[in-house]
Amino acid sequence: MEHYLSLFVSAVFVENMALMLFLGMCTFLAVSKKVDTAIGLGVAVVVVQAITVPVNNLIFNYLLKDGALAWAGLSEMDLSFLGFLCYIGVIAGIVQILEMFLDKFVPALYNALGIFLPLITVNCAIMGASLFMVERSYTFPESVVYGVGAGVGWALAIVLMAGIREKLKYSDVPQGLRGLGITFITTGLMSLGFMSFSGLTL
Amino acid sequence: MNEMSKTILIKPIFKENPIALQILGVCSALAVTTSLQVTLVMCIALTTVTAFSNLFISMLRNNMPGSIRIIIQMTVIASLVILVDQILKAYAYEISKQLSVFVGLIITNCIVMGRAEAFAMKNPPIPSFLDGIGNGLGYSLVLIIVGTLRELFGAGTLLGFTVLPTVANGGWYQPNGLMLLAPSAFFIIGFFIWILRERNVEQIEKNEFPMSAHTAEKGAH
Repeated sequence: MEHYLSLFVSAVFVENMALMLFLGMCTFLAVSKKVDTAIGLGVAVVVVQAITVPVNNLIFNYLLKDGALAWAGLSEMDLSFLGFLCYIGVIAGIVQILEMFLDKFVPALYNALGIFLPLITVNCAIMGASLFMVERSYTFPESVVYGVGAGVGWALAIVLMAGIREKLKYSDVPQGLRGLGITFITTGLMSLGFMSFSGLTL
Repeated sequence: MNEMSKTILIKPIFKENPIALQILGVCSALAVTTSLQVTLVMCIALTTVTAFSNLFISMLRNNMPGSIRIIIQMTVIASLVILVDQILKAYAYEISKQLSVFVGLIITNCIVMGRAEAFAMKNPPIPSFLDGIGNGLGYSLVLIIVGTLRELFGAGTLLGFTVLPTVANGGWYQPNGLMLLAPSAFFIIGFFIWILRERNVEQIEKNEFPMSAHTAEKGAH
């Protein structure tokens, strides 16, 4: 249990997807203008991460890994080079299914998340989490914890950022820095703050 | 080369820089710039993928049903990235280890997808190919500047050669460790955008809440 808790804390704070590993920056900068929308997107990312990382873990371990096809009598097969194609396919497919499922059964949530779901397919935080999972050879339970943790970390970062930007828009920023420039520098300062978590272990 | 292809090639480098103006592909720009060598490999990989994905998607554009075009684009891009990844693993294993997941993340790099959707779907193959190279170079320009600054001031070296001898090696330069850490990349890109926008004034964003002028000047004292 302790091991999983430590993995979760490290995924949320120490290796924060947005602020320490720079993943999902495009959406992070584009959708962090209002706290409400940031929360919506954050929740969507947590849900998608929690599903895609474990599913990709299963696909990697039972289909792609060197010798993984032994159950089908093909113990010589190494399909790991097909990894990228499979992960992105899984992510795109799951996002699509999730969208249809929510549309049918939870329309309220669908209306809240609607526009963000397609955006998530091309969010590198999602793909990044799957790739890190493969690189660090997490087991299935670890991959569940890591997926949720990575999603929560990213959601936390974008909500904090949106809170700062809501205040920031009333400030008198030098002309050339207005908008994108000052957002980058604010993100840098936040990332500096998150560095204080490095070395944190449970 | 005629005028038009020249414009297609040059425009994305300064005028419509994918990172500074279109906010595309920022993630990898920040993560791979701690040393110049890794940066250069990443730039070459991304430019190649963008150029060829534009070329192939533009060739396929008239035979693609609109409803499944995103999946086709993704497949083309992912196949190209697998190719790049395998080549890197075969010939530059050390660097591919340092780039770790970021080669794979070229698939979700918005520059590749963005240019495929915005340019290659509407234009013939050759201009699309040039547009891909142009955008790749625009991305490379920003990355090389950031990479040079970070390696030079963070470690006192360039491409592994000592430029500023550090105190630890008996020299005079006290390396700025912050440059090798995550936040400095954000600061450098922020300032880069500032400089770029001071030069291209039309890129400055409009102020949503302008400050009103001082009132009651006479009675102020």
